[in-house]
Amino acid sequence: MNFKFILKAISVALVSFSLTLISAVSFAATDVRIMWYGDGDKENVPIAAQIDEFNAANPDINVILDIVPYDAIMNTLPIQLAAGEGPDIARVTDLGGLNKYYADITPYVADPSYYEKSFGPFLNWYRKPGDATSIHGFHSTMTVTGPYVNKTLFEQAGVDLLGPGATWEEWAAVSIEVAEKTGTPIPMAWDRSGHRVSGPAISMGAKYFDSNGDPKLVDDGLKAMTQMLYDWHQAGTMSKDLWGSVSGSKYHAPNDWWNAAEVVFMMSGSWQIGRFANEVGDDFDWWAVPAPCGPAACTGMPGGNALLAFNANPAVGKVMDYLSSKEQLSSFIGQVLAIPGHLDLQVDYQTDDPNAKHALNTFAGAVPTIDQVAFDLQAHVDNRIMFNAIISRLGQAIVGEMTMEEAWTRMDEDVEKQLKEKYGG
Amino acid sequence: MENIRNQTKIFFLRILNIPFAFLMHAIDLIMWPIQKIIGVRNMPYIFLLPNLIFFGLFVIIPLGANFFFSLSSGDELLFAERELPTTKQYDQLFDCESYLNPNTCTEDFFWRGVYNTIFFVVFQVGLMIFFSVLTAVILNKKIIGRGFFRSVFFFPVLLSPVVVGLIWQWILLKNGAFNAIIESYGGDKVSFLTDPSWAMASVIFVSIWAHMGFYTLIVLAGLQAIPPNLYEAAEMDGTSRERIFFRITLPLLMPNLLVVFILASIKGVQTFDEIYVLTGGGPGTSTSLIVQYIFTTGFASSGSVQNFGLAAAASMVLGVVLLFLTLMQLYFSRNKESKHQEI
Repeated sequence: MNFKFILKAISVALVSFSLTLISAVSFAATDVRIMWYGDGDKENVPIAAQIDEFNAANPDINVILDIVPYDAIMNTLPIQLAAGEGPDIARVTDLGGLNKYYADITPYVADPSYYEKSFGPFLNWYRKPGDATSIHGFHSTMTVTGPYVNKTLFEQAGVDLLGPGATWEEWAAVSIEVAEKTGTPIPMAWDRSGHRVSGPAISMGAKYFDSNGDPKLVDDGLKAMTQMLYDWHQAGTMSKDLWGSVSGSKYHAPNDWWNAAEVVFMMSGSWQIGRFANEVGDDFDWWAVPAPCGPAACTGMPGGNALLAFNANPAVGKVMDYLSSKEQLSSFIGQVLAIPGHLDLQVDYQTDDPNAKHALNTFAGAVPTIDQVAFDLQAHVDNRIMFNAIISRLGQAIVGEMTMEEAWTRMDEDVEKQLKEKYGG
Repeated sequence: MENIRNQTKIFFLRILNIPFAFLMHAIDLIMWPIQKIIGVRNMPYIFLLPNLIFFGLFVIIPLGANFFFSLSSGDELLFAERELPTTKQYDQLFDCESYLNPNTCTEDFFWRGVYNTIFFVVFQVGLMIFFSVLTAVILNKKIIGRGFFRSVFFFPVLLSPVVVGLIWQWILLKNGAFNAIIESYGGDKVSFLTDPSWAMASVIFVSIWAHMGFYTLIVLAGLQAIPPNLYEAAEMDGTSRERIFFRITLPLLMPNLLVVFILASIKGVQTFDEIYVLTGGGPGTSTSLIVQYIFTTGFASSGSVQNFGLAAAASMVLGVVLLFLTLMQLYFSRNKESKHQEI
């Protein structure tokens, strides 16, 4: 037997062994891949712990948690799904926009009625128009947009906080007053997001839809709010350095300036509570205040993120059942300091921070005051198209690339153009 | 004794050879039957095949797919689900009342990208050539630490564009290092990245800083290829330094400068990553170039319709520009070669 023959024989054996190994792996536990974005460790650690617990209790299922940046959820996930790839489950915020990819997990969950009872109103946000029964997932956390103020700065300036019913103009005026008295550089800062602009716009009377229920973005209400934002930027009430640091519809949050106590009034939402509790700490007192009013309402925008399934099978159903259970959801919400999207959940918030506790009460109390237009807008499949049109064109007007009149015309054209591309015509 | 030593040596060499032998025999298992079928003479094609497959998969097929995408519409990714063929995307791109005013164009973001790209390339390339020549001339002189300075000017080329963007963002932000220095001298903070009148200048500066080293190297090679006797003759004639530079150095550098011009223009038109990190294309759209338009329209729509067709059409337009620049480069480099041969 010569040496070459032995080598050949071993090579053949190695190739066969590799093939056997590959086929053996394919008979191992069922993989369930979750694409998850989280607001830092505050959210990532609790979910990872829950997944570990699930994996330990279910050796036949292997849940893989892919923690990705928010941008990946917004921009990469839709491409993956369009290409027929993507995870089994993902945490998404564009709830209606991805509905053509959602899988119906009704046959695979233990008790479909639990989802209806617990997440009823939100399930419609995920469903395709005309569908009233499918179960695609559940609301991980609910969010409400609204403002925060740096309470310490108000106290230092000797200016009283405004109460419920105060208008946007009044809040702007007191923010400027506080900034002037305390030498704070930015009286007011907003998340750069069309979603954030929409609650206040609805308060000013924006309807977003025509009488047929079709998107009709620009009306007097939207004009009033966007004009106000434009004016605030020109007057220095809002700093051009914040919204100016990005372009198009890109999201930008002023957290760095807020954390450094350089902002008096910040328009954002309930998802910031946990971050502020961690990042601001004892540096200053921060307070969530009721949504300022316009002539039509005093509303924020509802929202949130949901864990939604893109594949339906028994393993996915089991994972969904586990993560949506009262016990797990309550534990998760309690740790991340969020508002639950579950309609019947007792949460023991794990914080001693009075600012966080006050903010949670304020935002939870704001839910019943949310305007119906805001709910309809949030539930609409093409709401992102409208949000993006608002923010990209308003951004251009603010830096002087076009007038507000031109921006409004462009907003409507953008929406029309995108809907045509999507639905044909 | 000698025999035992040789045998031991052969034994260890064989052991060391085992992994390679395994690999070669594994390849042989596949290649041997192929060679039997197609013959030894045709085997080179088999060896070229992997490269050709990758080239086809990652260059030719995507190019073709891009062309077909540009002739389709809809928000679906798969061809079977898209409306095809249509010139709608090109019609939309070129639908303008006046090409000089982006606000009159249906795709105003595209035209803003076009104008920003032209502005960026003209100033970035022009200034880069100027500073590359200046730096190369200095680095060509016998100065102390010449090797060190040559390395220093080349180092930024080795950095990833994202790193370049992040470093300069940290320096140029309103609360950044540069403004801290300005403030310490009693000046007012400048919005280098968020004021439309400063933002483009800032990104051009950063881009020059990041890429100048590479072009300096090309110019330096050109300077060193100039025969020293020309300078000696000029000095003996008492020619002034300026005259030497403009009558000897610059004319003889011209072929290198042409290469620098074309390469820098191609790179300039393709610029995306460092600006995207630095300013995100803002404020407004003041630093948004064509590639960012393509990226945003096709892939980063943040929940809006991902318009692959429009992005593909815009990239076809960009492709035509790049093809023109590449042909220019080929023409000039061949011209240069033929002149060398004549000499």
